[in-house]
Amino acid sequence: MTDPNPQPAKIGAAEKQSLIDSLQAFLPTASVLHREEELRPYECDALSAYRQLPLIAVLPETVKQVQRILRLCSARKVPVVARGAGTGLSGGALPLANGVLLSLAKFNRILDLDPVNRVARVQPGVRNLAISQAAAPHALYYAPDPSSQIACSIGGNVAENSGGVHCLKYGLTVHNILKLEVVTIDGGLVTIGADALDSPGYDLLALMTGSEGMLGVIVEVTVKLLPQPESARVILAAFDDIEKAGDAVACIIGAGIIPAGLEMMDKAAICATEDFVHANYPTDAEAMLLCEVDGTSAEVTEQIARVEDVLNSCGATEIRRSNNEQERAVFWSGRKAAFPAMGRISPDYYCMDGTIPRRRLGEVLARIEQLSQEYGLRIANVFHAGDGNLHPLILYDANKPGELERTEELGGKICQLCVEVGGTITGEHGVGVEKIDQMCIQFDKSELTQFHAVKHAFDPDGLLNPGKAVPTLHRCAEFGAMHVHGGKLPHADLPRF
Amino acid sequence: MTLESKDIQAIVRAASAKGTPLRIRGGDTKAFYGRQTNGQPLDVSGHAGIISYEPTELVITARAGTRLNDIESALAESNQMLPFEPPHFGDGATLGGAVASGISGPARPYTGALRDFILGVVCINGEGEHLSFGGQVMKNVAGYDVSRLMAGAMGTLGVMLELSLKVLPKPACQLTLAFSIDAATAIATMATWAAQPLPLSAACYDGEILRVRLSGSESGVNAAHQKIGGEEVADGDSYWQALREHRLPYFSNKQPLWRLSVPAATPATSTDGQWMLDWGGAQRWCVSDIPADMIRQQASSVGGHAILFRGGDRTTEVFHPLTPPLVTLHRRLKDAFDPKGILNPGRLYRDL
Repeated sequence: MTDPNPQPAKIGAAEKQSLIDSLQAFLPTASVLHREEELRPYECDALSAYRQLPLIAVLPETVKQVQRILRLCSARKVPVVARGAGTGLSGGALPLANGVLLSLAKFNRILDLDPVNRVARVQPGVRNLAISQAAAPHALYYAPDPSSQIACSIGGNVAENSGGVHCLKYGLTVHNILKLEVVTIDGGLVTIGADALDSPGYDLLALMTGSEGMLGVIVEVTVKLLPQPESARVILAAFDDIEKAGDAVACIIGAGIIPAGLEMMDKAAICATEDFVHANYPTDAEAMLLCEVDGTSAEVTEQIARVEDVLNSCGATEIRRSNNEQERAVFWSGRKAAFPAMGRISPDYYCMDGTIPRRRLGEVLARIEQLSQEYGLRIANVFHAGDGNLHPLILYDANKPGELERTEELGGKICQLCVEVGGTITGEHGVGVEKIDQMCIQFDKSELTQFHAVKHAFDPDGLLNPGKAVPTLHRCAEFGAMHVHGGKLPHADLPRF
Repeated sequence: MTLESKDIQAIVRAASAKGTPLRIRGGDTKAFYGRQTNGQPLDVSGHAGIISYEPTELVITARAGTRLNDIESALAESNQMLPFEPPHFGDGATLGGAVASGISGPARPYTGALRDFILGVVCINGEGEHLSFGGQVMKNVAGYDVSRLMAGAMGTLGVMLELSLKVLPKPACQLTLAFSIDAATAIATMATWAAQPLPLSAACYDGEILRVRLSGSESGVNAAHQKIGGEEVADGDSYWQALREHRLPYFSNKQPLWRLSVPAATPATSTDGQWMLDWGGAQRWCVSDIPADMIRQQASSVGGHAILFRGGDRTTEVFHPLTPPLVTLHRRLKDAFDPKGILNPGRLYRDL
């Protein structure tokens, strides 16, 4: 197997100018950005600890233009990084100094909405929430709701297989899309999936979803729309012990109830968000659960009563239920503001994303607490408890020398812990550049080689988002050495701010 | 006979070294499906057994040769189920065979497809390497989604050893309702109801009667019944089971059986043949002798595809032909997993 991540040669000034000229031959001058001040907005995504100016940024408006860009880059062996709204949390859209950044921001139209077949055909730059807003007049919506849904784009959602607080019941992006139009690195256009529920051949729709821009550039997405639930209510329950809260989650599911959302916050997260949004959260509790049920009014009434029984029998110290939409919004307001709330109590925070088997929660939280003390860094935990997806937020100050490096090392330890207990390093944020070394913990040599072979099948020259998502075997060998010898910086070859 | 993963690995390695094509089989209940192939049989039904099942985690992990019956019994003890209702098509049906064929039952449009519930796979690729992808957790975006790629690949990418699946609680209450209406009304009705917050879990029109299944809490099912009306069908469960297993009289015809996958609200066609509309209109069975090209053209023209599901000539292509760019990607992916072309060659498409 050839190395799928060859480091393309450095590009000189003359070569850069020639590339700009070739791009401007079919793109408006204003759509080809190459001066430093124009490129600055593209230097990072939402993982702003990593920054890099691209060689050139392009903003095409048509599929044909995207095809020509990829054909040109393919011919000249120039790497390409696709970018949606730039809200990604793993550095998946981090540019390359010798590469073209391909922004899909101008692909922002909803092309078709079919309420009878309950599908919408949209361009990749359309915002997640805009789809549900367009479907609302038909009492339909698009189910996956990542916390960045006001800003994040559907193309990025597909690239990362985004989830949200409702994915226990309604699934991830992969469960809610039907068809993609994809431009391959050679400039070809291929339809993956169909307007029907399935399509012949291999499930390339699943393979593309979550592939982090490594296999092709998505230029159109057909999503499924679901009927809006008739009713939704949420229960807030406080616990004096975080393990009891974890057990309550298992009891709810064991009782045969699949809530629409089931979220947990620890004391640090409760207090930080309460200070921020004043949702009247129980700040004396060690843990808090938010459990939302939805469906027909009759179902919701019945299920709310059952959930309340289960919570009582699991030792909840306080239970509140929302009685109207306004109360429901208030209950959720703190959880939804958890990340910005951390920004108020700490100069910087670093969001982890491991998933663990839920029954290991108590043990994992105890070990995270140990690590927190060992590294002298505070950690608050918010948790998609229903599906085991943990978001420890490490609070740090990037201006203190060495603190970011310690944070990254602590983050790496948490990833390792998640793999040890049978989970994964990333549940919904993606690997990107951030967790690329931890991929070496989760997968062995032959599995990584198989991933590279899959990449090679789509992108033989390794030009699409090289260096992300799947580490080279060489990199893993070095990462292993780093662990043995210790003391060396992780990601030593990555730029720092 | 018990078969260890290392035994299977040794067989694949030997076949890879010699370039011997293998025909992977579990219970052999789906031998009728896909293209007819020859190869040295590799019987994996001996690699069986549930490895772990934790009801409160909603996850089961089992060896690929485990019988579906055994898995469903284990789940039923905790009042849980495989939400995609896989057809068995025979007593010996295995989990690996269900995943390889990728076929889902009547609940598919409402609850999800088999591929939707796959969380992880341990497999052996065509070079005899033992590989693990995905895992036992619901959310996992580390690496490409190779696990789901195995669903419906007809064993052409790897020999599956272990599978982890998401499971769901059985509904507390189920009710089947019947409506005597014409085809156009049935299609429109199924589409209208699917766009409403109703606890639908199946909808099938057989040419005369539309049957609809409601699943959920008792109060929710009763409220929905009040809303949509219809005549209650006694022993509705056995109807859906017979539909899933193709045991209804409709399926006893010896003519070729086609499966069309189309957008649910596609109007009924007058093509010669007997039609059965499952999946709320999205999966249409057609018993017919009309030429393959005609029926495929009809499916493609509405954005769907057609499979020669059972019967007919199994030496030609039975799955819908792929577009040229997809053929290229399929060819390259096959090479990525099975460069010697020894795993079920020709079972899915002649050249894979």
